[in-house]
Amino acid sequence: MSKKPLPPVGKGHGKRAGEKPSNPLKTFKRLISYFASNKFTLILIFILVLFSSGASIFGTYMLQPIINTLADALKVQNFDGVMSTIAKYLVIMGIVYIVGVIAQYVYRKKMLIFSQNTLCIIRKELFEKMQDLPIRFFDTHTHGELMSRFTSDVDTLREAISEGLVQMITSALTVVGTLVMMLTISPLLTCFVLIMTMVVMVLVKVIGKKSASFFRKQQEAVGKVNGYIEELIEGQKVVKVFCRENKTKEEFSQLNENFRKAATNAHTFASILMPITNNLSYVNYAITAILGAVIILSIPDFSAISPVLAFFIGGLKLALSIGALVSFLQYTRQFYMPLTQLAQQFNHLLAALAGAERIFAIIDETPEVDNGYVRLVNAKLDKDGNISPCSERTGIWAWEHPHETGETTYTLLKGDVVFDDVTFSYDGKKDVLKNVSLFANHGQKIAFVGSTGAGKTTITNLINRFYDVPDGKIRYDGINIKKIKKDDLRRSLAMVLQDTHLFTGTVRENIAYGKLDATDDEIIAAAKLSNAHSFIERLPEGYDTMLTSDGANLSQGQRQLLAIARAAVANPPVLILDEATSSIDTRTERLIEKGMDQLMEGRTVFVIAHRLSTVRNADAIMVLEHGEIIERGNHEQLISQKGKYYQLYTGQFELD
Amino acid sequence: MLKLLKYAKKYGIYAILSPLAIIGEVCMEVRIPFIMGRIVDEGIRAGDIDAIKSLGLQMVIMALFSLLCGALASRFAALAGMGFGSEVRKAIFNKVQDFSFGNIDSFSTASLITRMTTDINMVQMTFMMMCRMFVRSPFMFIAAIYYAVKVNGNLAMVFLFVIPFMAIVIFAVASKTLPRFKVMFEKYDLFNAKIQENLISIRVVKAFVRSKHEKDKFNYSNEDLKNASIRAEKLMILTSPFMMLMMNGCIIAVLWFGSRLITQGQMEVGMLSSFISYVTQILMSLMMITAIFVMAVMSKASANRINEVLAVIPDISDSQADPSLKVENGSIEFKNVSFRYSTGTGKDVLQNINLKINSGETIGIIGGTGSSKTTLVQLIPRLYDTSDGEVIVSGHNVKEYTLNNLRDSVSMVLQKNLLFSGTIAENLRWGDENATDEEIRAACEVAQAKDFVESFPDGFETDLGQGGVNVSGGQKQRLCIARALLKKPKILILDDSTSAVDTATDANIREGLSKTLADTTKIIIAQRISSVEHADKIIVLDNGRINAVGTHNELLNNNEIYKEVYQSQLEGSVVNE
Repeated sequence: MSKKPLPPVGKGHGKRAGEKPSNPLKTFKRLISYFASNKFTLILIFILVLFSSGASIFGTYMLQPIINTLADALKVQNFDGVMSTIAKYLVIMGIVYIVGVIAQYVYRKKMLIFSQNTLCIIRKELFEKMQDLPIRFFDTHTHGELMSRFTSDVDTLREAISEGLVQMITSALTVVGTLVMMLTISPLLTCFVLIMTMVVMVLVKVIGKKSASFFRKQQEAVGKVNGYIEELIEGQKVVKVFCRENKTKEEFSQLNENFRKAATNAHTFASILMPITNNLSYVNYAITAILGAVIILSIPDFSAISPVLAFFIGGLKLALSIGALVSFLQYTRQFYMPLTQLAQQFNHLLAALAGAERIFAIIDETPEVDNGYVRLVNAKLDKDGNISPCSERTGIWAWEHPHETGETTYTLLKGDVVFDDVTFSYDGKKDVLKNVSLFANHGQKIAFVGSTGAGKTTITNLINRFYDVPDGKIRYDGINIKKIKKDDLRRSLAMVLQDTHLFTGTVRENIAYGKLDATDDEIIAAAKLSNAHSFIERLPEGYDTMLTSDGANLSQGQRQLLAIARAAVANPPVLILDEATSSIDTRTERLIEKGMDQLMEGRTVFVIAHRLSTVRNADAIMVLEHGEIIERGNHEQLISQKGKYYQLYTGQFELD
Repeated sequence: MLKLLKYAKKYGIYAILSPLAIIGEVCMEVRIPFIMGRIVDEGIRAGDIDAIKSLGLQMVIMALFSLLCGALASRFAALAGMGFGSEVRKAIFNKVQDFSFGNIDSFSTASLITRMTTDINMVQMTFMMMCRMFVRSPFMFIAAIYYAVKVNGNLAMVFLFVIPFMAIVIFAVASKTLPRFKVMFEKYDLFNAKIQENLISIRVVKAFVRSKHEKDKFNYSNEDLKNASIRAEKLMILTSPFMMLMMNGCIIAVLWFGSRLITQGQMEVGMLSSFISYVTQILMSLMMITAIFVMAVMSKASANRINEVLAVIPDISDSQADPSLKVENGSIEFKNVSFRYSTGTGKDVLQNINLKINSGETIGIIGGTGSSKTTLVQLIPRLYDTSDGEVIVSGHNVKEYTLNNLRDSVSMVLQKNLLFSGTIAENLRWGDENATDEEIRAACEVAQAKDFVESFPDGFETDLGQGGVNVSGGQKQRLCIARALLKKPKILILDDSTSAVDTATDANIREGLSKTLADTTKIIIAQRISSVEHADKIIVLDNGRINAVGTHNELLNNNEIYKEVYQSQLEGSVVNE
């Protein structure tokens, strides 16, 4: 069942352009709901953004009266009071700017805290949800895929929330504000600018489309290159053994070249937008200037002819002053940039929403269902053998079983397991287990033998309800396991898996994973039981030695010993050993045999082993083939049956 | 970063063309506001429509030229940046291909992969930005100042006050922020590692009902990351308002002094608005220059990590080899060999090994976990070099053969073996590029893989998927053996290569090997006594020393360890017969 941990590879970098969410509005609303508790902050931020971008529009607007004042004064060559008028304007401008700057700083700060908190919550929800998902979910999603939810998807979301949204508001406001200003100055010129804008926008859109398709190609190419790197570096030692270095270099070189080409195109189109819009805004400026000048010079001052005519024509605002034209030209300059930005921000927002959609999809996954109501409680036995619950730890556990009638019965936890004609399939198509029936009494050791894929691990996966079978098929201490609360069920079982997974932390913490409140004495006792104590003592810092991720600084055998100690400290009535000693050599296995025997004493034990010497002394051995139990019995019985087990067993000595 | 620049050579022409195009673009961009001013002054205010037309036309041409330059610059920068990235990627990948096992051990696989993906990505983006901005911003800065002075020298004095002040503040913010960002990135790595660890161990988490414990651990790290992010960005967000403050302050000052100059007749109105454009350009380019530095510093860590790999000198090379020397037979001799891992504790894992193996012999190696069985055999194809002593194959020290010649004759099936994506046939041809279908079938027959491969609907053309996920562990091991057989080696080493294969099949494989590869020296490392008991010699390794060498019967009679291992596997069996 081991899946290779794929490191999160470069997906988090570079915008995922060209990605679209399937239901942007719904996702957006849902995203907004995360902000609901902070409505006040959000409104405050919005107002501050209005102030900040309003200030910058107003600043440009103030240029008009200043230039006009100067131009008028120049016309008549009378500079009396000009400077004091300008000073007045500049003071207003200064105040507006300062307000804008303060507003900007405050909203940025608020936004930072706000967005970080929101992301923290989303990450938390995502992670907590993942802990509650059934194993089946992890079978169908790779680690790399799930990691990218936390990395690239949350990252794009962060950008969208902390920068994108504000920028979109600012840009939209600037566009609208500028448009209004332009209209008040000259509707005629504004019309012209709008037509020009249309042309530019069409261009932006065409380039955007092209760029998106190139980005998709790049994404594919980068996937191939990274996949190749991952696979080959993982198998580097095999490459060396087979002298495949040159061949590998060649293959990589080809993929790398493809990636280079795709990336070059993608980045060309991504960065070409800037010079295009920027320079077209100059073209626009020049043409507008010519048009404006034509208007100024060709439309006479009607008020000199007739005040009435001037009133009507003035209503059309055909006339222009020099100051007005200068301002207008400034506005046309600042009209394009935000418009292009708006288009880009919108694309980023869509990409972020697509990511959010993926995150929400996981948050919306149905968690592992648990309708169990039978609980595991500490219990006391009185003289007559009656069981009663109690709160202190007694070492005796009982199943608290409330019935529909209202009465509650208590059954002692013993560890009897019964399979009644269980048929199971992971995918609903291929049966992995067929008509499996078995019973394991308290204190028995049941072994499963069979080749890879015969269904050994599946049986144990059903006992601890990693996967579910129909009602009543599996009973635990006589109780239908579906009635038992999953947590309580699993608490009563300890598993040692084939792939021993250790956590970053000290050796002590790793053993205590089986029982979080284990005392040092308990930990050491468990380590001694599994024969891990002696090598732990030899580690540089004994029980406080830090293990790196997944215990890479220990040998596979040592890790298995730790995993056994971890199960031992949990002290459960049922023990599942899934190839628990496969990496321990037979001599060491014999050394820990005594400990293992002690560990298994009084417990129901399920053993899956490849090595027959490990299962020899089991009370019952089940030989599995293609999901069916083809032979069962103890070692002696199976040997005398001279069936599959006999063949397997004597295979060791067949040449004798 | 500088060390990496040599990889820019191949696409260097673009790295030069891009700045040239940018200089063209900037020239126009800086010139345009000047024309704009003249349109206002000489055209609009003077009422000279022809002047407006000709100046306007000039401006349109300039803008179009600038557009062309800008587009070209984008293209060239992309070519240079991505080309550079691809060269670095190739260099580092090829470098790793030349690594010895020892070199590979000194980096973890995951870290090598990150260096080749995330880090290179960072570096190539930086390089691309550099191509565009490194020239653009300083040039823009200088050109804009030139024009500002040209428009009005007195007014340009404003910059004398503003620029140094800005530079100091930006520098102060950047130098305070960077270490905080470093902390943030570290927390981010830790955070990712936590999630990854959780995902890998999800079954353990569930089996031990530890999801609450895991959630607590996660939340701690999540909060930690959040706080680090806020701490880092808290300073960052200062820059933008500060920038606005400076820019606006500058504009107000320019308007004030400019207006005075105009009323004194020393400046034209249109030039005032041009000047304001220059204020924006100058301050913006100053901002960009700092951004470049920040980016360069940020990518420094990535560049360093890449350089670390590139700087490694492979510790095994053909330097003492004679290319014409070929391995003639399968005899092996270890002379006083000791070995220490350079990455390890410095303790000898092999001590004073002396051993002679004749060509064509079958050798079994038995020993507990950590007895250095694997280490011993890895010295034969020179996957590692001995620390002391020498390994002699076919009469010559292994260092005298080229690695290709040596490894072509010594075929080794690694304990942790892998298949690659592609079909079964493609994977098997790793052993021999030109193997015929017949040869492949024959090798599979010996490795007991033929039957199951032929039972697949696509037979030898079955796609294995990444890492060979479509076959079971035992099947994988058999394919790996077949792959090794196709090399037709002089020496075949099986390092616990049949652990997932049942004993009967294991026996069949061994029988096949002894029949078809009679002249080949076969070395078999195994846990099971049954795998080695028929060997000509069995070596018992204990703690890096040879404990005993002998046949099965000899060892059974006089070696304690061997006896114990045998007992542990035999006990209680076949008693009822």
